[in-house]
Amino acid sequence: MLGEGILKGMAETARNFFGSYVSKERLTTVQYPEEREPVAENARVFPFLVYDEGMKDGERPEWEAGLRCTSCQICEKECPPKCIFIEKSKDKKPDAFGKAQYYPVRFDIDISVCMSCQICVEVCPFDSIKMDTQFELATDDRFGNLMIDVQELAKSDSYYHSIHPTEASAIDQHRAETKVMLAAKTKAAAESAAAKAAAAPKPPEQQAGQGA
Amino acid sequence: MFATLARNSDQIFILLRDWLLAFLPMMLRPYVSVLLSVVVIVCFFPALFALTVIFERKGLGRIQNRLGPNRVGPYGLLQPIADGIKSLTKEDIVPTTANGFVHFLAPVVLVVAVFMGFAVLPMGRNMVLVDMDCGLLFYFAMGASTELAVFMAGWSSRNKYSLLGAMRAVAQMISYEVILLLSGLAVVMITGSLSLPKIVEAQNHYSYGLPHWYIFTPWGLAGFVMYAIAATAETNRSPFDLPEGESELVAGYHTEYSGFKFALFFLGEYLAMFSISGLGATLFLGGWSAPFSFLTWVPSWIWFFSKLMLSIFVFIWMRGTLPRLRQDQLMNFAWKFVLPFTLFNLMVTALWRFMGDGWLRWAVCSALVAAAYVLMARVSMRRERFAPRSYRYAE
Amino acid sequence: MSFVFWIIAAITLGGALTAVVLKNTVHCALALTAAFLGLALLFLGLDAQFAGFAEILVYVGAVAILVVFAILLTRGSETPKGSVYSRYSVVGLIAAAAVFAVLGWAVLQSAHSFPNEQAVPSATAQQIGIALVGRYVLPLEILALLLTIATIGAVIVALHEKEETNG
Repeated sequence: MLGEGILKGMAETARNFFGSYVSKERLTTVQYPEEREPVAENARVFPFLVYDEGMKDGERPEWEAGLRCTSCQICEKECPPKCIFIEKSKDKKPDAFGKAQYYPVRFDIDISVCMSCQICVEVCPFDSIKMDTQFELATDDRFGNLMIDVQELAKSDSYYHSIHPTEASAIDQHRAETKVMLAAKTKAAAESAAAKAAAAPKPPEQQAGQGA
Repeated sequence: MFATLARNSDQIFILLRDWLLAFLPMMLRPYVSVLLSVVVIVCFFPALFALTVIFERKGLGRIQNRLGPNRVGPYGLLQPIADGIKSLTKEDIVPTTANGFVHFLAPVVLVVAVFMGFAVLPMGRNMVLVDMDCGLLFYFAMGASTELAVFMAGWSSRNKYSLLGAMRAVAQMISYEVILLLSGLAVVMITGSLSLPKIVEAQNHYSYGLPHWYIFTPWGLAGFVMYAIAATAETNRSPFDLPEGESELVAGYHTEYSGFKFALFFLGEYLAMFSISGLGATLFLGGWSAPFSFLTWVPSWIWFFSKLMLSIFVFIWMRGTLPRLRQDQLMNFAWKFVLPFTLFNLMVTALWRFMGDGWLRWAVCSALVAAAYVLMARVSMRRERFAPRSYRYAE
Repeated sequence: MSFVFWIIAAITLGGALTAVVLKNTVHCALALTAAFLGLALLFLGLDAQFAGFAEILVYVGAVAILVVFAILLTRGSETPKGSVYSRYSVVGLIAAAAVFAVLGWAVLQSAHSFPNEQAVPSATAQQIGIALVGRYVLPLEILALLLTIATIGAVIVALHEKEETNG
């Protein structure tokens, strides 16, 4: 019958109208600056550098001492729009596993060029550059503030846990295992070196004994 | 005591006016009385327009699963003030090749013609501005003048989209004006008078507590539905808002208007909506009469404005529900379905009048109206099978 | 001959004159609409309410729109290059003066023929209706027939065009 569809449509909109006062699914507005929708766990906006907390260096601040980045420059080379600018240091400092590593003297990312492709994250061998989920990054200075430097990029491991908990726990577990394995390795190496040192002076005495 | 309170609150505006006029000499009284009523209408309906704008935006928002404007005041209630300030302070841009005089006059003619329509609406018992014998005819005459204003707006802008929008708007308004007149004519046939207060008086009777409104008769219901369709089309309101659809024709005939002139067009459209709803309430819904005989103590003007606002809410509801009709679809609808049905409704009204009172006329007229609706819909609103397209000018 | 009558007369005559004098045809149509409005106000001044409002409804609401559509859909909307006054303006003036003389004589004669008439009694819509279907039913039916023929003719002309382009 003509007009039936209109009446059904009007019933549906009336349901929408009255339902918007009672149910959340019929009023989906998020009133932006006051309310925010929670960001998904695998959201990605702009990279940041992870630093391990608790690394005391005496001379360097915590974020610089714990920075996982070893300035290998792989992310700089793999970045498609070439927005990462790294300057390697001349000396080496110990990292979280105790090994002496280079560190980045300058690590800038150009925020107006970065396209959030996550390739830098995928290629980093040290789990040091990860994607942040903060999107309110607008600035009003076009010429200075669009190049984000290493201090602004450095964020703690506990922050990383808070935004990507599953990834961060997996990485921490892997790092703990690596630490255990390295500790075992160094212990085994130390034991074999001690055994070698104990065995080493003997041969010249024996030789002298045998020669005479 | 209760009866005098009811009567006084019903006639409160008349009593207020008489009290104010008592301060003036005899000679000035008729002029000041008319002036006072005119000033009240000119101030009150734009205030109602401001309220309706905020209801529309919030109502449409809720229908569309979102909040409406809610920043300007508590729950966004001061939004019309912000809109008013914006439209008053915007620069008034007139295109250089536009016809300056006609471009300026078009919104003025529109608003004047629409305001004139309020002069004959009975807004309460004894509350008509002018009690004319041909009140209904006057109303439709003023409605016809609005079409001229729309055309003037579109043509004077020297813009092909405006002109196209104006032509479409005028074609639509003329087609549906015929239907509006014919639906109203059925009421005139039964009442025997063109005067709107008399039409309300004729509906102000009750039997078994229920009112004698014309919408409760078979021809009245059909007439009201056709009237509502025609009213939606006359005021260029969704789903008939192709001439001013933002996504179709920029803004149709008011593309080249900015600032206060655009606000005048907007005002004119909403005022036309008010006056046509008021007329619909008067013709079919019993004007200022109460819905049940035990509710007659409520002041009559409250009933009139409740019916008006109810019609406005239905307009907003329709806007939120229906997609826009294409120009050929709406013209087809008018000339092929609504007009024949309205003519048939006139015949059924005549039959109703000349059959005696009783259950027979109810049965016969209801059956005729229902059968006509279903049959005409099946015949005229069939899906067309299209032949290969032929072009008139391109070959 | 009150003050209001002079204003209405000025509107009517002004509209009619501008309708003849202006170059742009659409402006002429709008001025003609003002003349129609003045005419309607004259009817209202004579207390012929039905005639006045019917004049606004039909003339301003429909005929003016029709005239304007006709101007726009043909090439009348282009402003003429030369002058709007034809070369035979003297003959035109003589013809206009002759028509005006005849009409004026007829009006003045009628005033002589009915010396005792008061103002025309107001005819309500009901009386007009009764007259239309009683005494003047033949003209009514002829008018209806004429309108139907015009509508059918318009449809036939439009259909004919479509068939021509089809074949």
